[in-house]
Amino acid sequence: MTRRPIVVALLVAVAGVLTLDLATSRPLDPFTAPPLLALGSGQASGGAHCASLPGS
Amino acid sequence: MSDTTLEARSAPRLRGRALAVLAALAAALAVAALAGPRYGALLLIGLGLGLAMEGLRFGFTGPWRRLILFRDATGMVAQMICIGLVAVIAFPLLASNPTELVGAHAPVGYAMIGGAFVFGMCMQIVLGCGSGTLVNAGSGNLVSAVALPFFCIGSFAGAYHLTWWTGLGSLPVAALSGNAGLALTLVALAAVAGIALAVAEPGKRMLPGRLWAAALIVAGLAILHLVVAGQPWGVVYGLGLWVAKGVTALGADLSGSAFWSAPSNVERIEQSLLTDITSLTDIGLIAGAALAAWWRDGLSAKVTGHPIQAWIAVIIAGFLLGYSSRLAFGCNIGALFSGVSTGSLHGWAWFAAAFTGSWYGIKLRPYLGLEARR
Repeated sequence: MTRRPIVVALLVAVAGVLTLDLATSRPLDPFTAPPLLALGSGQASGGAHCASLPGS
Repeated sequence: MSDTTLEARSAPRLRGRALAVLAALAAALAVAALAGPRYGALLLIGLGLGLAMEGLRFGFTGPWRRLILFRDATGMVAQMICIGLVAVIAFPLLASNPTELVGAHAPVGYAMIGGAFVFGMCMQIVLGCGSGTLVNAGSGNLVSAVALPFFCIGSFAGAYHLTWWTGLGSLPVAALSGNAGLALTLVALAAVAGIALAVAEPGKRMLPGRLWAAALIVAGLAILHLVVAGQPWGVVYGLGLWVAKGVTALGADLSGSAFWSAPSNVERIEQSLLTDITSLTDIGLIAGAALAAWWRDGLSAKVTGHPIQAWIAVIIAGFLLGYSSRLAFGCNIGALFSGVSTGSLHGWAWFAAAFTGSWYGIKLRPYLGLEARR
């Protein structure tokens, strides 16, 4: 077996995860999205990170 | 073979590559249009990281293995240069923009150190760390592709139990900052590089051009990530989130977990992955690595087989990679790369523990059937 079917299967799985995600998550709204750059936005960083403690 | 024949053969390949680049750009544009420009940019940053890491063979697990086994310092020195370059920009950015930008700061604790040790061991067993497992899976490595779903499950489970583990004992969060903090960080990075160069065999000290290029590109993209996202590059949160969203969709109640029931994480579970920073860069890493591997050899390389006990070891190690990285407040990216480059002392503790674990992981691989006994 070559690497090709593994990559295809993985990309299909990722596409499947995203499809399910879009079907079960709150609708996307680009008009309330944060600006392109956090730097200079005046907004506090709100993303989740592996180093974050719960609730922080 | 005539020039005309070569041109005839390379034309479809060039067309295919151009189409692939266009498809990647179209995907980023679609995410930007659907979710917002920041999220499209983060997908592009992830794609760039995947392309650079796979295309230029820049990583963490392999260089540590080569340093321990073959006294080859080149990969380790490239890592230190890359982290140092990010630190030079990140320290002043964080100091001058304390509300908009945050570092990867976490406490040093018993579970954090133990988690990093286990992570270091397991990353050598599967030959892939946080970023490495995604990049390797994206390039068609079967071991990483098998380990990845269990990595995700482990990340979810480790986060589920995180507060129990941190309750065993942690120091307050400590981070270096300012000019003195940056200078200390750069001296420490130089010291690690110096030790690696000192123990290296002659002829295994000079960095090849590809590693210089990779260090510069990865550092540039990591700084761009901080500027765009407001936080440093991370990997494992997104993997656990994918499972959290999946089990929630199936009706599971996560209120028993202090981590997953925290308002910020409930918000993440309810929102789309297309608005989650680490999910987007993780997907970008996989897709970018797939593109780089396809361009290099068309994904025609044969997959190596392993005995059944090796596959069982890969599954267990994959799970432990995810679980331990949550206890350690990050993997080689979230804790080591981003922690050290933004001043967190937990990044240095992670490095010491994970490198020690790596030594044992390398020793274990032959006994697990993953390579021939030496």
